Amino acid sequence: MIAYGKDKSAVRDVTADIKRNAITAIMGPSGCGKSTLLRAINRMHELYPNIRTEGEIELNGESIYKMSTTKLRRKIGMVFQRPNPFPTMSIYENVIAGYDLNGSKLKKDQKDAIVESSLHDVGLFDEVKDSLNKKGNFLSGGQQQRLCIARALAFKPEVILMDEPTSALDPLSTAKIEDLLVELKNQYTIILVTHNMSQAARISDNAMFMYLGELVEYDKTKKMFTNPSDSRTEGYLTGKFG
Amino acid sequence: MKSEKITKLILLIASVIILLIFSGMAWSMVKGAIPAFGKFGFFGFIFSTEWNPTEDHEVYGAMPFIAGTLITSLLALIICFPLSFSTSLFIAEYFRKKRIAVVLGTLVDLLAGVPSIVYGLWGFYTIRPLIASLGFEGQGFGIFTSGLILAIMIIPYATSISNEIISMVPNELKEAAYSLGATRLEVITSVIIPNSRSGLVAGYILALGRALGETMAVTMLIGNANIIPKGLFSPGNSMASVIANQFGEADGLKLSALIAIGLLLFAVTALVNATGKMIIRKFA
Amino acid sequence: MDNNAIINTTDNSNWRELKSKLFLGIVILLSCITISPILLILYELISKGIKQINPDFFFKVAPDTLQAMTAVRNGEILPGGIANGISGTLLMVALAALIAIPVSIVIGIFLYENQGKKYANLIRTLTDILQGVPSVVLGLISYIWIVQGVTKGFSALAGSVALAIMMLPLIIRSTEETMKMLPISIKEAAAALGVPYHKIILKVMIPSGFSGLMTGILLSISRVIGETAPLMLTTLGSTAINLNIKKPTSAVPLQIWEFYNNPNMIDLVWSSSLFLLGFVLTLNIIAKRISLRYN
Repeated sequence: MIAYGKDKSAVRDVTADIKRNAITAIMGPSGCGKSTLLRAINRMHELYPNIRTEGEIELNGESIYKMSTTKLRRKIGMVFQRPNPFPTMSIYENVIAGYDLNGSKLKKDQKDAIVESSLHDVGLFDEVKDSLNKKGNFLSGGQQQRLCIARALAFKPEVILMDEPTSALDPLSTAKIEDLLVELKNQYTIILVTHNMSQAARISDNAMFMYLGELVEYDKTKKMFTNPSDSRTEGYLTGKFG
Repeated sequence: MKSEKITKLILLIASVIILLIFSGMAWSMVKGAIPAFGKFGFFGFIFSTEWNPTEDHEVYGAMPFIAGTLITSLLALIICFPLSFSTSLFIAEYFRKKRIAVVLGTLVDLLAGVPSIVYGLWGFYTIRPLIASLGFEGQGFGIFTSGLILAIMIIPYATSISNEIISMVPNELKEAAYSLGATRLEVITSVIIPNSRSGLVAGYILALGRALGETMAVTMLIGNANIIPKGLFSPGNSMASVIANQFGEADGLKLSALIAIGLLLFAVTALVNATGKMIIRKFA
Repeated sequence: MDNNAIINTTDNSNWRELKSKLFLGIVILLSCITISPILLILYELISKGIKQINPDFFFKVAPDTLQAMTAVRNGEILPGGIANGISGTLLMVALAALIAIPVSIVIGIFLYENQGKKYANLIRTLTDILQGVPSVVLGLISYIWIVQGVTKGFSALAGSVALAIMMLPLIIRSTEETMKMLPISIKEAAAALGVPYHKIILKVMIPSGFSGLMTGILLSISRVIGETAPLMLTTLGSTAINLNIKKPTSAVPLQIWEFYNNPNMIDLVWSSSLFLLGFVLTLNIIAKRISLRYN
């Protein structure tokens, strides 16, 4: 359970087993607690006061609350709603930022390799290879978001959390990112919060439907979209509310 | 629409008052300073280290005061920085929007309300004996004591600007760094500071501008020796305090020399403040 | 690329967390040091000054040296008070406010009405620079302009002019900021009704922004009320109550300076400083209250 302040609980009674190397989408109307749930997975909620949690989240059978947040967040990367590359850093520095922030002392060629492979993974390398040492502010929104994904990938995390990563992008950039996610799931476990039902239908393998802080349904995406078992899920998917 | 034109004209005329005050100030001070500059030469006056008001042997040079002002102000800035920057982090980052941050902010604001002369008294009766008891010469008067009090006096200005600048750093950048496993300290050093650097610099430039012109507290603590200070604990004098101190009995050439020092102080503070404001405006 | 790129760095997270916590400790420590002066100053002023605060303190003029010496020798509290200083401060601040407030508000409205224009930007920059001019320099200016030029001698008027120039930039900028915060719709509503321009300013904008203007005015008064240096250069001081603006006049900060220079009157230093600080802080608090209540 996750609660803001004394008694208003935002998310409760969520039990789910997230599948490895798959995209799990979390859907639901705004305010249903999907972002809150996502942020609990890498303990981002602890940045803010007055948020209480109860219960257990495990990564490979190990409780995330027994790890330090620094360690946990290297295993569970995150991509945010709006592209947020560090404006004071070059593209190169942005990709390697995780290592630099964590005080890892890497040789130049190790860094080069990480930057190149991460940018390759998000399909950005050819577009920016001549301007790696420039600041990223000339990039388009979609490119910036892919840079942020590269930044998260640089650590080779096990899980990547994505909080509506395409909500600030145009349709073309969105399509590119969706293709990228499908490619990335071979190497990573992706948990994707989205308010966009068709996006969930297009790219996710499994889907959760949350409503008023509760997990209503969690199933294969195909099954949920064709034959939902809960009437509230059906109502949402057919546009009755949300 | 005739009345509209008249109203706009009145507004325009009022704005001219600022131009008049400004040019009038420059004009009056240049005119008042001419005898001193004429006698000793512009650079001769600035760089001379002698200040001798004895009749018939009158020699006036501004260097001891320029040196005293610059050294005490820079010292103040150095002492002020860690204190006000920590306070800003406390208020605008660590305990942002919490009750304790509001209390701290109010107390820092109160520092700005204390009149200069009260700082001087407190420095004289509390800080000076402390410094003297450390075993330094000169009963605790001097550069260090003045710099310390100046530092306290400029803290509220530096802090309130850095508070604003630090709280402007977008939350999403901080979150991005946290999501990469950064600790709070690492977020501060690699996200907050780089993203607010020019604003912070401007804040400290403006605080320096304050320190340069402070008069009473410095007058009461610097020791009023018209020499270039020989060390951190040596007595000296500043531009503002020599004006306040020696103005009472001044006329003729001495008055002109004091006005010339006032003109220099005006020019330096105007330059420092204009620079600070320019950076802030670009930043915002 | 291949997985060779994965670098197994040693886990240093415990040390990094510790460093982060240590830094927080330093921040808290330095913040406590930052606020300690204000607490120490308040404590010192209250503990040393409170015993001299009595009705005489407000209604009698400062004692002469002989009276003070006698009292000190007999171990009594000092006779007299700072009535000459209080009256002088009130006179000069009121006069300065009278000069500065109308002019500043009009200039502030000018800046608001001419956003982005070159000339207005020049005026704004000069106003900002004026705000940074040391008060002692303004004292010099007022000496040249008023003491030498108008009253031919130290005078309350000269002090008021110095204080008024100090107040100008503060009120101008707070007026402009207040106007900027007013919703443009109220101006448009009035204009749509065919209200003439000067009436929009006088009857709509100034009343709507009243609390903001008031806050700026009170803060500017609290800034100048403790000023000593410009008054030393312009009004000299006086041992009697003086309400003639062409004559030398005392003021509370000037009296503090005189008491400070007279070993027999040291007790009055603390009580008058306590009074001055109390006055300034009260003005500040009222200003904050007003701006909180109306925003």
